[in-house]
Amino acid sequence: MSEAIAYYPGCSGLGTSKEYDASTRAVCRTLGLDLVDIPDWSCCGSTPAHTKDHVLSAALSARNLQLVSGMGIASAATPCPSCLTNLRTANHRMEAPAMAEKVNKLLDAPYAGGVEAISVLQALVEKVGLDEIKAAVRTPLTGLKVACYYGCIMNRPPELMAFDDCENPMAMDNVLSAMGATVVPFPLKVECCGASYGIPRQDIVARLTGKLLDVAKSVGADMVAVACPLCQMNLDLRQGQVNRALGTNFRIPVPYFTQLMGVALNVADEELGFGQLCIDPRPVLNKALSGADAQAKGA
Amino acid sequence: MPVLTGKELRIVGFLCNWCSYGGADTAGVGRFGQPTDLRIIRVPCSGRIDPLFIAKTLINGADGVLVSGCHPRDCHYAEGNFYARRRLEVLKRFLPILGIDPGRFDYTWVSASEGQRWQKVVTVFTEQIHALGPAPRFDAVSADMLAKAAAGALGQGGNRVAA
Amino acid sequence: MRIGVFICHCGSNIEGTVDTATVAKASLDFPEVVYATDTMYACSEPGQDGIIQAIKDKNLTGVVVASCTPRMHEPTFRRAVERAGLNRYMFEMANIREHVSWIGKDREANTNKSVDLVRIAIEKLRRDAPLSPSKFSINKRVMVIGGGVAGIQAALDCADGGLQVVLVERESSIGGKMAKLDKTFPTVDCSSCILGPKMVDVAQHENITLHAYSEVDAIGGYVGNFQVQVKKKATYVDWTLCTGCGACMEKCPSKKNPDRFNEKIGPCTSINIPFPQAIPKKAVIDPTTCRQFVKGKCGVCAKVCPTGAIKYDMADEIVTEDVGAIVAATGYDLFDISKVTEYGGGRYPDVITGLQYERLLSASGPTGGHIKRPSDGKEPKNVVFIQCVGSRDKSLDRPYCSGFCCMYTAKQAILTKDHIPDSQSYVFYMDIRSPGKMYDEFTRRAMEEYGARYIRGRVAMVYPKDGKMIVRGADTLAGTQVEVEADLVVLAAGAEAAVGAPKLAEKLRISYDKYGFFMESHPKLKPVETNTAGVYLAGSCQGPKDIPQSVGQGSAAAAKVLALFSKDMLESDPQISRVDIKRCVGCGKCIITCPFKAIKEVEFRGQKKAEVIETVCQGCGLCTSTCPQGAIQLSHFTDNQILAEVNALCQS
Repeated sequence: MSEAIAYYPGCSGLGTSKEYDASTRAVCRTLGLDLVDIPDWSCCGSTPAHTKDHVLSAALSARNLQLVSGMGIASAATPCPSCLTNLRTANHRMEAPAMAEKVNKLLDAPYAGGVEAISVLQALVEKVGLDEIKAAVRTPLTGLKVACYYGCIMNRPPELMAFDDCENPMAMDNVLSAMGATVVPFPLKVECCGASYGIPRQDIVARLTGKLLDVAKSVGADMVAVACPLCQMNLDLRQGQVNRALGTNFRIPVPYFTQLMGVALNVADEELGFGQLCIDPRPVLNKALSGADAQAKGA
Repeated sequence: MPVLTGKELRIVGFLCNWCSYGGADTAGVGRFGQPTDLRIIRVPCSGRIDPLFIAKTLINGADGVLVSGCHPRDCHYAEGNFYARRRLEVLKRFLPILGIDPGRFDYTWVSASEGQRWQKVVTVFTEQIHALGPAPRFDAVSADMLAKAAAGALGQGGNRVAA
Repeated sequence: MRIGVFICHCGSNIEGTVDTATVAKASLDFPEVVYATDTMYACSEPGQDGIIQAIKDKNLTGVVVASCTPRMHEPTFRRAVERAGLNRYMFEMANIREHVSWIGKDREANTNKSVDLVRIAIEKLRRDAPLSPSKFSINKRVMVIGGGVAGIQAALDCADGGLQVVLVERESSIGGKMAKLDKTFPTVDCSSCILGPKMVDVAQHENITLHAYSEVDAIGGYVGNFQVQVKKKATYVDWTLCTGCGACMEKCPSKKNPDRFNEKIGPCTSINIPFPQAIPKKAVIDPTTCRQFVKGKCGVCAKVCPTGAIKYDMADEIVTEDVGAIVAATGYDLFDISKVTEYGGGRYPDVITGLQYERLLSASGPTGGHIKRPSDGKEPKNVVFIQCVGSRDKSLDRPYCSGFCCMYTAKQAILTKDHIPDSQSYVFYMDIRSPGKMYDEFTRRAMEEYGARYIRGRVAMVYPKDGKMIVRGADTLAGTQVEVEADLVVLAAGAEAAVGAPKLAEKLRISYDKYGFFMESHPKLKPVETNTAGVYLAGSCQGPKDIPQSVGQGSAAAAKVLALFSKDMLESDPQISRVDIKRCVGCGKCIITCPFKAIKEVEFRGQKKAEVIETVCQGCGLCTSTCPQGAIQLSHFTDNQILAEVNALCQS
């Protein structure tokens, strides 16, 4: 039904965020969005590459874009905002001929540009569309109150990412609303979670993530939906650390938005990988859904 | 005095008094540096410009001609630049028939407040003319070349002629 | 012709990068040039005297001055040659400052280019003919567009000077932004108490005709004789009958409409008089919310109106006003704070604009002068003011300073303390800009006497939490992050050109900048004139201004109009089109083309010919480039002159 899109899962997709990868594939398949794996893809360079060397960083990402170009596909989607930043930055850097020349020297085959890198969220909104997504809902998430947390780099810098409002993005809000969930206004949707400070400075992550969880709770969210593997890790895996450091007792599930979509689209439970999360969202989810159910019956 | 050989090309500008001439003044007051090639002829309105002025300027040996007026809808004389736009657009398409590279002529809109825009317009246009190099002298063009150029222009619309 | 050429040094402005002596020397080789010299300041008194002396000594019949832009000093030098006995149009200028010396540093190229520009001026001058202006009568009425404080001042000064004034106001009452203010800085004087009497004067002045709730639809004509079509928008109330008693407002069942006068933080009725001191104090029905219009039935106001003024079938009406001069005083509008998404304006009710806060402070506002925050009506204790929201911000394409926000924020901080003694104000600022009499002292008072805490730094975001607004920003002096738990956040929204300003500028045929502010004729020396004769500017339509500046400009514009009207006849510019009757074939193309209807058809020995109406022709030359015969020529911009300039450039 729609054009094929190359799929770049990123290293996290094979490791810490397998459930994001699996649920993304399952949701896209259900919605008829044809994701094609990129054979022999490699790391995007992540944060270490560009802190060391811009040419190397661009080359690592450009190699993947070049592979997509070889497949005859015009766009590549990735679930990971960090990969997305690197892929889009590589495209941007290589617009300068001098940079392109240096980068191409490092590549097996030169990359001539022309492959657009987008997020899975953007692909769903732009290639499938909210109306079609809404039409595909089988189990509406009625009664579920969810805060959408985009993370700090999903839409930033705006000139580079060129999608959604960088201070108040609405794409995930709209998608989960289409799923029937009640999206609560979450003012910190683009605030930093502490990112990779989880290893050297846990106190910073505890403070930043603690604030996110605190505000999410104060606006009445049952759970926080995320779109970034690193955010997910900080909010979910480190929630215990936050509680210990701040003396709080949060227990807020932090699923990927694709997992929640999977529930609404009746994707088989084993493809959604809820079991991989530290705080299993399913009890809260079932409670919210059955509550709404009971209310519907009562009325 | 001729233009400085090897340094400058002969570029003539026709500017309306109210917007673009003022814009060039604003650029000067703001010290927005520009290439020195352009010589400006002041006219009251871009609508005063007869397309034949431009053809004649190019045939007489100018390497480039730039016309600039008020932005459409913002003409000091209400509608002069609409006339200019129509005439100049037709001229641009007609130049190849004369054997003149249409890249040697351009028209644009610059308001009296847009000094920086004027700097950019002049710089880009001057670079464009330098990229094309000096215009071929008409006495050096053979009748054969002119015929070919005309045929090419008529046959392929906007095909540029490398005479 | 005996031509004299004068090359101006302009101090070092030209001489710094142009060898003027060489230019003068080169000029002597050009045809008919009998005298050439360089001069220190051609426009100075000795400079002008030098020109006059040379004209007399050398019997010059034409003069070229190479100096600055003719848009600056052409009139100066025309007068100088006239004083020496020449016709003032036997003069041309070469612009070797703005177009040469100020835009390039290459002395050789600049000198060479200057010679070229002098040469084309000479070629043009050789084909100039003496011209003399004709006189035409003027209509000594003036239109002022915009009834804010600038427009009010301009209207009153013109009217006091004995002129008939037509004042056009878009809203149903004059008063503009100032009428919405509670107090004014730096005296903390009551805004409506000082503006009110002026508004009443407008209403009562026998020389002022007020068209409120009206907009300028179209403008034709030229200085001395403009025809302006004014659209009087349908109010659905016959204002000749309406007494402003307000009975309709009391009974109107549609009461929950956003009140535009109160900046939409309070409700109003569908039939409404915006505020108690409104001039004219007349009711207007908003058909987008009125039940009679929306649902087709109601009619309550018609029933209660004691004078039977309600007219549901009223339509817009166009009236034509003939005036000789126009003052544009259309003011400003506010930057849309919802564009700064990180501050949440438009999303969070307790994030408001400074002007909305004025309405909360004002006794005639929706809260009766008690500060109550919009979300829950509670009195705020911590109020955070954020400066420069939509000012000095390139990322929002608003790089300019709005000028008055620093001052009104200081005023609002003071008033906050006055209203709520146990409150605390915080002001996040970039720089404090208070250049005005008693201005800086005033901001000091806000800090020192009233305890407002000024924090130098930008706010990163504002978000609600547990009924508070969390304001997070940087304190760049302390080098730390700051978080303030605020009850109310007031954004100093920047000033923008008024909605529709570019469209009005196009009707007035004046220039505007990329932000929509109108262009003055000269940024330093002609701040209220425009490049269109007879059109003047006052107030913030030209750029953000505070009240005293706006009032000053209103008076200045009025002075310009009074000076213009001090003569009974105006001289027309004789650089107009003329028809060579022998060449004219009477095709009539010029008549159709002329935007000013300045060409008419006449019969000459049984043949149709075109004839230019001298005082109507504006000298654009559209007809000249349209005429297939070359029969109609614009004086001083003839085909021969322009082609001579071309030849001078190309064949040397």
